[in-house]
Amino acid sequence: MIKANVKKSTFPSTVPTNKTKIPIQTRLTKNIVFLGLLSFAIIILYPLFWMLISSFKSYQEIYSNVWAFPTEWKFENYSLAWSKGISSYFFNSVYVTASTIILTVLIGAMAAFVLSRYKNRWIDVALLFTIGGLMMNPQVALIPLFEILTITNLIDTHWALILTYVAYRLPLTIILIRTFFLTVPKELSESALMDGCTEFGIFWRIYLPISLPIVVTSVILTAYFAWNEFLFATVFINSSELKTIPSGLMVFRDALRTDWGVLLSGMVIATVPMIVLLIFLQKYLVRGLAEGSVKG
Amino acid sequence: MKVKKVKITPILFMLPTVLFLGLFIYIPLIQNFYNSFFEFSVFSQSKEFVGLTKFQQLFVDEVAIIALVNNVKYAIISVLLQVFFALVLAAILEDKFFRRFAHVFRVIYFMPVMISISVIALLFGFVYNPQIGLLNSFLELIGLEQWAKPWLGNSTTAIYSVIAMSQWQSIGLITMLFIVSIQKIPKDLYEAAEIDGAGKIRRFFSVTVPQVKEATFVNLLVTVTGSILVFNEPYILTNGGPGNSSMTLAIHMYQTGFVKDDMGYASTLASLIFLLSAIFALIQIKVSKTGKEE
Repeated sequence: MIKANVKKSTFPSTVPTNKTKIPIQTRLTKNIVFLGLLSFAIIILYPLFWMLISSFKSYQEIYSNVWAFPTEWKFENYSLAWSKGISSYFFNSVYVTASTIILTVLIGAMAAFVLSRYKNRWIDVALLFTIGGLMMNPQVALIPLFEILTITNLIDTHWALILTYVAYRLPLTIILIRTFFLTVPKELSESALMDGCTEFGIFWRIYLPISLPIVVTSVILTAYFAWNEFLFATVFINSSELKTIPSGLMVFRDALRTDWGVLLSGMVIATVPMIVLLIFLQKYLVRGLAEGSVKG
Repeated sequence: MKVKKVKITPILFMLPTVLFLGLFIYIPLIQNFYNSFFEFSVFSQSKEFVGLTKFQQLFVDEVAIIALVNNVKYAIISVLLQVFFALVLAAILEDKFFRRFAHVFRVIYFMPVMISISVIALLFGFVYNPQIGLLNSFLELIGLEQWAKPWLGNSTTAIYSVIAMSQWQSIGLITMLFIVSIQKIPKDLYEAAEIDGAGKIRRFFSVTVPQVKEATFVNLLVTVTGSILVFNEPYILTNGGPGNSSMTLAIHMYQTGFVKDDMGYASTLASLIFLLSAIFALIQIKVSKTGKEE
């Protein structure tokens, strides 16, 4: 920490020395580049800002003056959106996302434990089987999964989403957690074994607690996926009252037609949890994305 | 005694994973290839064997060709913008001078990545709206009203409008991945280059670019695979239209199966998507050495 501070405090002093060499030209390029960064930030932020502002407007106001701030802030758009369906989509999403997280991380960590602790021919096969799962994608499996879920009577239930989400999240989760498990010192589990700890105990009391950072990363990546997944959510769930936010918003749009303010409020409500997650857990999310190089 | 040596824990621990992957990933994959040889409908599950008919259909399907071309356009534009532009952006944000603002820009650029695609697509419905759309009224504002058009309703601009939205959403992600790998470059490489008198642009090409070669390749593969699979964006914005002008393979597959109820041919299209994406996924697994110990 101290080292980092020293570095930071020394670098402003190096800037002026650079400036004295070719001052005008460098400052000009820097300003141009900075303006570029700023305009790109505006391109990203403005539509989001517009969504937020317009979610407080009436249809007439959005239609007659797109750019303006609302003359009268219609907070009731939010309560209307909430009561007209968003609340049910929201809780469905929470339920599906939470169940997916618990199952994925638990099952994934168990598999990662086996795949990092043992070595034999069967483990190699199991590892290959897991990595191979990365090659598959929801689009290709859509029709067969639809058949399987229909036969098993799971279609149009939340389990249709939870089970398939878990399956598609497992390979990446296992690989991430396994990489971390491989770094756990052997001495820890050996001494625990001597003290009479079972294999399960080693997993539960040593490996899982030590790996908290990677578990958090996996939780976030799974949450991000399950909260935003669209294709399965659209095809596997028909009943409007069972829909999750991504597919529910489509129903919402078709039902509302011109109630744009209310639709925009619903969109804002759908967005807030993920933005909060980003702000608080940025570090874990980015590491997970970088290590797993994103899938889906 | 020897029998006891076969440990039960690893088998029990592996079992759920094997079941999940088997039931929901591997069986569907096989099932999909199998389905390609049959004529069947969503409603009646009886299947009629038709041999290679569905594969022959693939070669005379004009919509599939439009879709494939659109997927290729998607891939080319995404690679150019997301991989090259994102690398430059990442290098700028990691530059000494900009580092103090970098944190704010990073969070801003990354924001759309976190937002659900249905929210983004609905939002861009407003951006592209011909009457009240932000894009058209912005063009009017700066005096370019002759450029204004119904972006999604026009068969030449529809696919590009969809692609543009995708870039807007995911450039922050690739930028972030590049930032992570630029941060891993040893600082003395830059110092050495600076002492040799290399300017910033020179340092970018002779230090940054070669040092993030592997990350670039992985991002390239991820982007191309994503472009082959793209479904959500065009489905929500245009549903492949107007006409079939913004069709992609995944939407064509979905419509053939669930709208036109030709499940057999939809399975054939899915097999095509699988083969195309699997090639890139395989290379990616090879390159990133997933599962290999250091």
